[in-house]
Amino acid sequence: MDLVLDITTGICFFIGSLSIIIGACGLIKLPDVFSRIHAAGMIDTGGTAFFVLGMIFQTGWSLITVKLILIGVFIFFTSPVTSHVTANLARKSNLMPVGKKIGKLL
Amino acid sequence: MFLAALIACGISGVLILIRIVLGKTTFDRVLAVNSLGTIIVIGIALHGFYSDRPEFLDIAIVYALINFIGTVAVLKLFSTGSLGELKK
Repeated sequence: MDLVLDITTGICFFIGSLSIIIGACGLIKLPDVFSRIHAAGMIDTGGTAFFVLGMIFQTGWSLITVKLILIGVFIFFTSPVTSHVTANLARKSNLMPVGKKIGKLL
Repeated sequence: MFLAALIACGISGVLILIRIVLGKTTFDRVLAVNSLGTIIVIGIALHGFYSDRPEFLDIAIVYALINFIGTVAVLKLFSTGSLGELKK
């Protein structure tokens, strides 16, 4: 049973590490604020969810599990708020997305 | 296993620091600082498990709260020029 939990934690950590490294590469590579928000959201949702899930598999039922779930729920609810505020202010300060030169639609 | 995850957090943290240095507008930098804060939260929790002291999770919770409030406060200060008016 212990080996199964270790393997599950390893798989969760692998997916989480892949998610945050892809998100960081996208934060460098993508050309615009509005597309970099996508990469930042990938770090916030995929990375945090899978890391917290892997650490929950490693502990069992105790107070540590409650703290981990608290971290996961808080980041899950505050990441869309931050993304929305950033996109709204970037749009209000006359930044256009790349490729929308005419720009009446957005 | 925890050490490998910590190394992945370090690599992505360095990549995000490159974006913070290179970023053209303020919104790029604020977005990258928010992502760096999330990665630091994960790194604090992982370091607590790696060194068998899970009490570090309290620090991770407080860091997540301060990260959100700091990001929203910096964006409000940048957009309106103040953090709120005093009522007369």
